Amino acid sequence: MITALLVMAGIAIVLGAALGYAAIRFRVEGDPLVEKIDAILPQTQCGQCGFPGCKPYAQAIANGEADINQCPPGGDEGVRKLADLLGREFKPLSEEHGIEKPKAVAVIDEQTCIGCTLCIQACPVDAIVGAAKQMHTVVEPLCTGCELCVAPCPVDCIAMVPIAETVQTWKWKYPVVEIRKAA
Amino acid sequence: MIGRLFKFHGGIKPAAHKDESAKAPIRRAPLPARLIVPLRQSTRATATCIVEIGQTVLKGQCIGEPEGFLGTAVHAPTSGTVVDIAPHTMAHASALQTRCVVIEPDGEERWIEHAPFDYHGASRDESLAWLRACGIVGMGGATFPSHVKLGKGAGIETLILNGGECEPWITCDDRLMRERAADILAGAVILRELIGAREMVVGIEDNKPEAIAAMQDAAAASGHGVRIVPIPSLYPAGGEKQLIRVLTGIEIPYGKLGGDYGVQCFNVGTAHAVYRAIAHGEPLLSRIVTLTGNVEDAGNWEVLIGTPIEELLQLARPKPDTDRSIMGGPMMGFALPRLDVPIVKGSNCIISASPTLFPPPPPEQPCIRCTECAKACPAELQPFELYWFGRSKNFGKAQEYNLFDCIECGCCAYVCPSHIPLVDYFRFSKSEIWARERDKSAADQARERFEFRNFRQEREKAEKAAKLAAKAAETRAKLAEGGEAPAPKTAAEPGEDPKKALIAAALARAQAQKAEVKPQNTDNLSADKLAEIADIEARRLAAAVTAPAADATPGADTPAATVAVDAESRN
Repeated sequence: MITALLVMAGIAIVLGAALGYAAIRFRVEGDPLVEKIDAILPQTQCGQCGFPGCKPYAQAIANGEADINQCPPGGDEGVRKLADLLGREFKPLSEEHGIEKPKAVAVIDEQTCIGCTLCIQACPVDAIVGAAKQMHTVVEPLCTGCELCVAPCPVDCIAMVPIAETVQTWKWKYPVVEIRKAA
Repeated sequence: MIGRLFKFHGGIKPAAHKDESAKAPIRRAPLPARLIVPLRQSTRATATCIVEIGQTVLKGQCIGEPEGFLGTAVHAPTSGTVVDIAPHTMAHASALQTRCVVIEPDGEERWIEHAPFDYHGASRDESLAWLRACGIVGMGGATFPSHVKLGKGAGIETLILNGGECEPWITCDDRLMRERAADILAGAVILRELIGAREMVVGIEDNKPEAIAAMQDAAAASGHGVRIVPIPSLYPAGGEKQLIRVLTGIEIPYGKLGGDYGVQCFNVGTAHAVYRAIAHGEPLLSRIVTLTGNVEDAGNWEVLIGTPIEELLQLARPKPDTDRSIMGGPMMGFALPRLDVPIVKGSNCIISASPTLFPPPPPEQPCIRCTECAKACPAELQPFELYWFGRSKNFGKAQEYNLFDCIECGCCAYVCPSHIPLVDYFRFSKSEIWARERDKSAADQARERFEFRNFRQEREKAEKAAKLAAKAAETRAKLAEGGEAPAPKTAAEPGEDPKKALIAAALARAQAQKAEVKPQNTDNLSADKLAEIADIEARRLAAAVTAPAADATPGADTPAATVAVDAESRN
């Protein structure tokens, strides 16, 4: 009886120690779930979800503080991916956070720009160049189309221009079965 | 090396339809009314326009400087005037526009000065740069720049000339080999020297006996030890990897190119263009185009780049029931979205299609998993699996099944008993995957930039705080050292609130300064001046007394003046 107890206790201690050691040795820094969610988000950093950037939103989703349908740039497809990752039901984009729009970039009307630097401060990805009282311009390949620079502009010289399709970005369409009248 | 041939997996034998257009010799197409030369000759690369509207250009004059690593130059195909530089629909399934130089020919065909290029005397890099400046690209349809394909010039054992031309209907390479075999071989010899290959093989499908005979004669005459090898006609034997497999037995694995295995492949048309560029100094201005299908007069024409297809088609006189035109072959080509698009360097064939000649495909039916497609696939893929993944947009899985090995040859769709347009699904999947990769890299870049910006802002905040703290400490140290005057106030609440103490100190300093300041022009004044000052002072006092009465709102818009008066009255 005593022997059995001792053996069981011994096993428990050894395994406990092993688990304890493993918990320290193989500790994962940060929350891997947040990283995974963040990888799905489009990184527009627009804040339409109500959080200051994609990472904080990912954090909020992981903590259960935010729903998965608050990201308009990610669209329904993004929601679907998040639903897959988190094992939740798909739900359409919540309307209070905005609607999915075609991709656009900000364009500054350089004739009107007064060089106030407000848009530079607003840009989350530092895609606007310029200096005080100097004309500003948007570095197009870096612009995420978040629209955060539009509101601060005191002279309304920033417009969101949808990105035109080029031969290089053109996509073959999903094959559709043509329904014809029987001859 | 013995002439043993190998076999590639799958393949099909569609009706060749080569005789329609192969009989007549190559004819030169007349000058069109306008040439529309796209600066973007393929989806891959574009060129920078270096001419202006109204400028007179000569035949062979460069109008577009190559852009980027994969760019090649674009030239004026004839002499004339640039009448427009504007976006124009390009010969692409998307029907999107690209910048084109519109040239009105003057009919004189005046050449720009050009001379043969001495590639023996020049370095390899110079020769490649010359080919690039001559706008030489692959003429088989893919328009891959030849100077890139010639690569570093090391490690290539075998140079293969591709005279396969396995697609039905197309005969431009066939006619070219029949008529200009010696030029092709001369170009091939140049290519062989530039790439440093020891061996040279020309693979020609055995349904072109005249071309084989012509090439063999030319090879015997040239004495360069070129082997002309007839290969069995089996579509797609003219595919690069398939031809390499047939001629050398080498199977190129996933993600590798022929160059990695000591084999490089060039189209016979490319060899011809290289010959013209080196031996005559002529840039690539025209190409042979097969006009065939539902036409009265099928044949091959030497066509200037930029000729509108509408005008070109009239040469072959399409029959009235023609309902669309296909650029490229029936297997891999695409229906032209409109007919005013220009011929580009990669346009090898225009097929006029009619419902009787190319009946519309029967409706798509469900896949029955018969695996006929897998048996026919020359890339040894499993098209039915790829189809499922493409259809369900499961692109990750499609990539796992090596979707990108698909050469879009159309064998699978050809044999499919359910008439599923398999290639359409593969093209759709491929372009979706590319788009996703573009989005992903953009997102990664945005994330990185966003994180760096946050880091920068934090850093700036910390730096500012540190700077302020240092300054405050400095001021405190100064105060502690010596100013007795502000001592009572600062000592009153020592250490309780450093900010308050600092403000108090600053106030005290300001007061002390004010006390020190004395008017500088009050010494050594004459009696007259003193009298004058006294007079002014008296007047000012009188004014100060009457002003509030006269003006109900004094200093509302001149605060500075009011302050000055106040100061005076206080003094």
